[in-house]
Amino acid sequence: MPILKVEHVKKSFGNLNVLKDISFELNAGEVLSIIGPSGSGKSTLLRCITQLETIDGGLVQVDGKDMVLPGEKGAPVKYAPAKVLREIRLSTGLVFQNFNLFPHLTVLQNLCLAPVRVLGVSREQARETGRSLLKRMGLEGKEKAYPCELSGGQQQRVSIARALAMNPKILFFDEPTSALDPELTGEVLKIIKKLAEEKMTMVIVTHEMAFARDVADKVIFMDGGYIVEQGTPDFVFNQSGNERLSQFLSRFSKN
Amino acid sequence: MSDLSNLLPILWGGFCTTLAIFGLTLLFSIPLGLLIAVLKMSKWRVVRYPVSFYISVMRGTPLLLQIVAIYFGSYYLSEYAGVDFSFDRFPAVIVAFSINYAAYFAEIFRGGIQSVPKGQYEAAYMLGMTRTQTFFRIILPQVVKRVVPASANEVITLVKDTSLAQVIAVTELFALAKKQQAAYASIYPLFVAGVFYYVANLLLSVLFAYLERKLNYYK
Repeated sequence: MPILKVEHVKKSFGNLNVLKDISFELNAGEVLSIIGPSGSGKSTLLRCITQLETIDGGLVQVDGKDMVLPGEKGAPVKYAPAKVLREIRLSTGLVFQNFNLFPHLTVLQNLCLAPVRVLGVSREQARETGRSLLKRMGLEGKEKAYPCELSGGQQQRVSIARALAMNPKILFFDEPTSALDPELTGEVLKIIKKLAEEKMTMVIVTHEMAFARDVADKVIFMDGGYIVEQGTPDFVFNQSGNERLSQFLSRFSKN
Repeated sequence: MSDLSNLLPILWGGFCTTLAIFGLTLLFSIPLGLLIAVLKMSKWRVVRYPVSFYISVMRGTPLLLQIVAIYFGSYYLSEYAGVDFSFDRFPAVIVAFSINYAAYFAEIFRGGIQSVPKGQYEAAYMLGMTRTQTFFRIILPQVVKRVVPASANEVITLVKDTSLAQVIAVTELFALAKKQQAAYASIYPLFVAGVFYYVANLLLSVLFAYLERKLNYYK
């Protein structure tokens, strides 16, 4: 059974239809890359699945739990009870483009706050988990630093650790390297690759084409609010032959 | 110099009243201001509109008038209603100052709360934090840092505004200095009172500068 199921999802802001009819599935342990031009709806799709935006139609299922209740066709979307939505939210983690670390807390406090306050983990346990996560992120010795004292790449790695500290079943990345200098991009991508090797289920919206191809089990190409193409990296990047997709990809290979 | 040794104990007594008005006003107006700030950002118009009206009246009329209105107004209304809820002089001053300063603090706090980036709420939301947890653990600590400079202004103004309490014959520092001015037939006591205000505010400025430095541990 897929751990993430998205069926016929629609979303509009006023008159602007951002997501027109989105359907895909993802199995546990798989990595999905979502690529596409700016404004194609990639980030909105991610924000809809992570409940930062509400959908106008369709169905989202995370780890077997339905986010919206089945309703009549054409009727407004009815969301599941708050308790279920919260459970779903706790099984999903999100890494933001601009990190959104808590600036007034140290790195370790950023990692411990939610596990202690939300999950009820003991302070000692949370600190221990936090330290080992920082070690995995290559950030040993930064426990007491404040986010503003770190480079962008380090901040993004802290924010990945913060999401992992909640032990999510699926981790979402919203253009995790777009706010970083090219030389800092690599260190973040390396961490994500490592997570992929550890079989973390991930959905990654990215403009790093080579990375999207290498890390993913599955790639989705979006344009104009639709999924234009989806399949294995080899299929999407080499065999598809879809005109819009090759146009999009050619812009990257030129650079 | 013997003038000064007579004068100082008298003015010191008045200064203590001034400090009491100052301290109690801050004690009540800051939490009240925070509450009003939150209410003004309510999504319900029935909450937002009355709060906006309250703030506009508090900021749009003289504090002097508000003190008089609370003191005499409560007295006359009590007579009219037949139930005594009138204020004594000192409590009337504290009530008037507190609701007036709460309005100013509310606007400062609202600005501070709204300047915290949306991403902070979203990050807390994704971590499963409740709205209360988000406000008290994520937003409010950042608001404190943002509102310290503007609040320092209000606090320093408050020290000087306490002199308005004399309008209903509360004998704070300035009222006593004026009495001494008449007794000495000299502006000298007023000048000494001025030194009291100045030194108090100097200390507050130092304190706020220290606080700003202390909060500078993050950006």
